[in-house]
Amino acid sequence: MNRDGMPAWLARAIVNGLLIGLAVLSLAPLLWMLAVSLMQPGEAAAFPPPLWPASPTLHNYSELFSRMGMGRYLLNSFLVSTLVTAIAVLLNTLAGYAFAKLDFAGREGVFRLLLAALVIPAQVSMMPLFLMLKQMGLINTYAGAVVPGMAGIFGIFLVRQYARSIPDELLEAPRIDGAGELRIFFQIVLPALRPILVTLAIFSFLGAWNDFMWPLIVLSDERLQTLPVALASLSREHVQDNEMMMAGSVVTVVPVLLLFLVLQRYYLQGLLVGSVKG
Amino acid sequence: MKPSTAGWVFAAPALGVIGLFFGLPVLAALALSLTDFDIYSLAHIENLRFVAFDNYLGLLRNPLFWKALGNTLYFVAVGVPLSIAVSLGAALLLNSKLGVFKPFFRTAFFAPVVTTVVAVAVIWRYLLHTRYGLINWGLSGLGIDPVDWLGDPRWAMPSIIVFAVWKNFGYNMIIFLAGLQAIPEDLYEAARIDGASATRQFRHITLPILGPVLLMVSILTLAGYFQLFAEPYVMTQGGPLQSTVSVLYLMYEEGFKWWNLGNASAVAFLLFVLMTASTSALMWLARRKGVE
Repeated sequence: MNRDGMPAWLARAIVNGLLIGLAVLSLAPLLWMLAVSLMQPGEAAAFPPPLWPASPTLHNYSELFSRMGMGRYLLNSFLVSTLVTAIAVLLNTLAGYAFAKLDFAGREGVFRLLLAALVIPAQVSMMPLFLMLKQMGLINTYAGAVVPGMAGIFGIFLVRQYARSIPDELLEAPRIDGAGELRIFFQIVLPALRPILVTLAIFSFLGAWNDFMWPLIVLSDERLQTLPVALASLSREHVQDNEMMMAGSVVTVVPVLLLFLVLQRYYLQGLLVGSVKG
Repeated sequence: MKPSTAGWVFAAPALGVIGLFFGLPVLAALALSLTDFDIYSLAHIENLRFVAFDNYLGLLRNPLFWKALGNTLYFVAVGVPLSIAVSLGAALLLNSKLGVFKPFFRTAFFAPVVTTVVAVAVIWRYLLHTRYGLINWGLSGLGIDPVDWLGDPRWAMPSIIVFAVWKNFGYNMIIFLAGLQAIPEDLYEAARIDGASATRQFRHITLPILGPVLLMVSILTLAGYFQLFAEPYVMTQGGPLQSTVSVLYLMYEEGFKWWNLGNASAVAFLLFVLMTASTSALMWLARRKGVE
């Protein structure tokens, strides 16, 4: 018995019991989503609700792709998220490295301004941004969905924090040898930053994939909608079609879950660079 | 190219994007909020008029704005403490030496964080369904009558809060866990030798050291919870009886459903002022209590 008056086995049982309970609460909705997505149409509209499909079928998925055009939305989501990721990683890395390692006039002032701007919610900018993109003819285009995500303060900050650990000598030596700044960036800086680039890429991709409000506003044309927007309008029109809705949710959620599962080390590390050590 | 020139050249593209697609629109939003920009101005810019603070005054006289503000504050006041408590609890469990399979549990708790809010809101709407939802089925086993979770104005917001806490607690959990792991083990060792109970150790060692992390997590969570939108959009469409209309939901409807963009900008700015005021108040409170 320890000083809290509780036998060690009981303490162990309580901690592990709570862990298991919390894990069930976290995962059960996701597992049930998968189960319902494999049920026959109408099967889930019963009471008590079935926990497992009586005879699993991929019918909902084939319907989703053939009749509801889910393939198109999936492609839209991949296209928008990949474009945002590729551009944001490049631009944020260039800027983050500059703020960390290249002394330029006004650097500190601009950086302080960026940090201050972090507190402004993105929604404040949405109305004028919409009008601006309308003027530019970018409403209902992929470009309109991508443009605001092409660079971000958080991403710059993430790279800057990491890039500060690059030793100055590593950059000075090639400078003395006459290497250009671009060459130094691509040959020395980028390889040194590889772990944080992966982190930044996951953040950008997940952010773009999961974003809802901006694509909802800028992509009203049905053929251009991303998965979350399409799913939301699907859910408004076919409220009773539970099995199909769950299949749609699976298609929307599984790619990001897989990405996270494979690369979670980088993702969690980035979470901490951006917060605790900030 | 000198390093100083390179610095500007390297930073310029990102700064240009942020300035053009964020900074400029924020400033323009301030100007827009002082005009009556609506669907007629959208058709013809000459219909635009400067109305000074009329949008703001109008909002302060609009019962729906107060309703939305009240709903948002309800969501924040209940959701933020609940979310932080669950996150901290989960982090303490994961940090405990008694637990097993921790990487698995950590991943399990974090899984909802990376899911798309619309997709999981769809799942929860089904779980909460009055007639054939799993939650009411579970309650019926305990002899409790079915509750119309999303259709009853009293229960709609609590349902959305539970959903939001489920979705987000893993994020703060990771940050708390890092904070807990940074606390030196000797401190607990010394406290145990002095006979301090687990509760006292938590109050006198864990909480004070975790203070700055707790403050930062609170500020981030507060800011995040003020931006409630997708959940009511998907789960309740603001209903029933406007009980889940949030400030951002109001902004969306004003702006992109009714095309009152001037009014919507004013809503966005009021939300921003509110967020800044609350986070400043939190920081002031923390400073007074000696947390830096």
